[in-house]
Amino acid sequence: MTREILRVTGEHLLIVLAAVGAAVVIAIPLGIWCTRHTRAGRAALRVVDVIQTIPSLAMFGFLIPVPFIGGIGMRTAILALILYSLLPIVRNTVTGIRGVDPKVREAGIAMGFTPRQLLFEVELPLALPSIIAGIRIATVVGIGVATIAAAVGGGGLGTFIFRGVAMVDTRLILAGALPAAALAIAADLVFTAVERRVRGAVPS
Amino acid sequence: MPSTVELRGVSFAPVLSELSLRVGAGEAVAFIGRSGAGKTTALRLINGLLKPTGGDVLIDNVSLADSDLIALRRRSGYIIQGSGLFPHRTVYENVATIPRLLGWPAARTRDAAAILLKKLGMPLERFGDLYPARLSGGEQQRAGIARALVAEPALLLCDEPFSALDPIVRRELQDAFRELREERGATIVFVTHDLAEALRVCERVVAFDAGRIVADLPSRDVTKSNVPIVRQLVESAVLP
Ligand SMILES: Nc1ncnc2c1ncn2[C@@H]1O[C@H](COP(=O)(O)OP(=O)(O)OP(=O)(O)O)[C@@H](O)[C@H]1O
Ligand SMILES: [Mg+2]
Repeated sequence: MTREILRVTGEHLLIVLAAVGAAVVIAIPLGIWCTRHTRAGRAALRVVDVIQTIPSLAMFGFLIPVPFIGGIGMRTAILALILYSLLPIVRNTVTGIRGVDPKVREAGIAMGFTPRQLLFEVELPLALPSIIAGIRIATVVGIGVATIAAAVGGGGLGTFIFRGVAMVDTRLILAGALPAAALAIAADLVFTAVERRVRGAVPS
Repeated sequence: MPSTVELRGVSFAPVLSELSLRVGAGEAVAFIGRSGAGKTTALRLINGLLKPTGGDVLIDNVSLADSDLIALRRRSGYIIQGSGLFPHRTVYENVATIPRLLGWPAARTRDAAAILLKKLGMPLERFGDLYPARLSGGEQQRAGIARALVAEPALLLCDEPFSALDPIVRRELQDAFRELREERGATIVFVTHDLAEALRVCERVVAFDAGRIVADLPSRDVTKSNVPIVRQLVESAVLP
C-alpha cells in the first residue's frame, strides 16, 4: 500500500508540474502581451478570468468530448490544470510589469534601451517576485484541483479519494487527501524559499 | 562633439505651445519657471520620450522623426527628476549602463565610473556595490548624475539634478558640474527652480510660463528683465 501511495503521489506531482510548467510558458508571454496591448489585453484577461470560474468537475467534463486534445486520461487532466493555472500567472505578470516605477522605465528608455532590453533588463526582473507569487498560487491550487483529475481517469491522488468515497472508506480517502495536503505544504515551503532568494536579489 | 538642439514651433497639447529655441553646440541653457510650467515636458520632447503634437525637434539639425532615437539617446545623458535609478542594480551597475549598451571594455567603464563617482563624493569602493534603496536621497541623485555623465554625452539633459541635496553639497556639485563641463564640453539643458543655480551653471536662461517660452536671455541680463515671471524669480532668489 505504501508503495502504491508513493507511486500515485509521484503521478500527482507529475500532473501538476507538467501543467504549471506549460502554463508558465504560455502565461508569461501572454501577460507581457497584455501590458503592450491595453484593450485587447483587458479582453484576454477577462477570458482567462472566466475560465477560472468554471467549476473543476465541469471543466473536466467539458474537455472529455473535445477531439484530439480531450478524452479520458492524464492528458485531459493536465490540459484542465493548464487552463486553471493561467489566471494567477497572467495576472501577476501584468501586475508586476505595471507596477514598475514609471520613472525607472523612463530612465531605461532615456538611456537608449531597446524595447527588448527594457523588457528583459528592467521590467521582467522587477516583476519577478510578483510572477513567482503567481506560479506559487497556481501550483498550490493545482495540487488541490488535480485530485479531481481522477474523475476523468487522469490518475493521481484523487484515485484514492474517489474510490474511498465510493466505498465509504475513510482510510482510503485519507490515503489520497493527506499526501495531497503534504504536497501543497511542501510546494509552499519551496516557493517561500525561492521568493526569499528573489527578493534578496531585487531589493526595493 | 557637442550636439545642437533646436525646437521649431514645438507644441505638446495641451501642455506646451509653440516653443522655438536654438541651443548651440557646447552651450548651457537653464529652463526656469514655476512648478507645472512645462519644463520637464520640454525636456522629454527633446529626448524623444514624447512626440510633439506640432512642430519639430531637431538634434544636430536632424528632426527626431528621422533620427535613430536609440543611438541618439545613448549619446545623451538624462538626469531624471528624482534619480530613476534601477532598484535591482547596484550603484556601479547603474552607472555602467550606457557604457555596457555601447559595448565599452570593462576596464574603461570602471575607470570612467571611478573618476566620476569620486568627483561626486561617492567613492566607488564604498558605494559601488550598494543598491539604490540603501542610499540617501542625495546619494541616489548623485548616482543618477554619474550614470548620465559617465559616457561623456554630447548632450546632457538635467531635470533638477541637485534638488535633493543640502546647500553645501549642492554648491560643491554645481562647481563640479562646471568643471566637468569645461573639461568635456557637452551641450546642456538644465531645468531648475533655483535661479541662483541657473546663473551659476548656465550662461543663458529660458523662462517658461504656462507652457510658453516667455523670456530667453543671457544669464547676466536676468536681473534687468521686465518679464513678470523672471522678476518674481529674481526677487525670490538669493543671488550671489
Ligand atoms: N503626457 C501629458 N499629457 C497631459 N498633460 C501632461 C502630460 N505630462 C505632463 N502634463 C501636465 O503638464 C504640466 C507641466 O508638467 P511638467 O512636468 O512639464 O512641469 P514642470 O515645469 O517640470 O514642473 P515641476 O517644476 O513641478 O517639475 C503639468 O500640469 C502636468 O500635469
Ligand atoms: Mg519637472
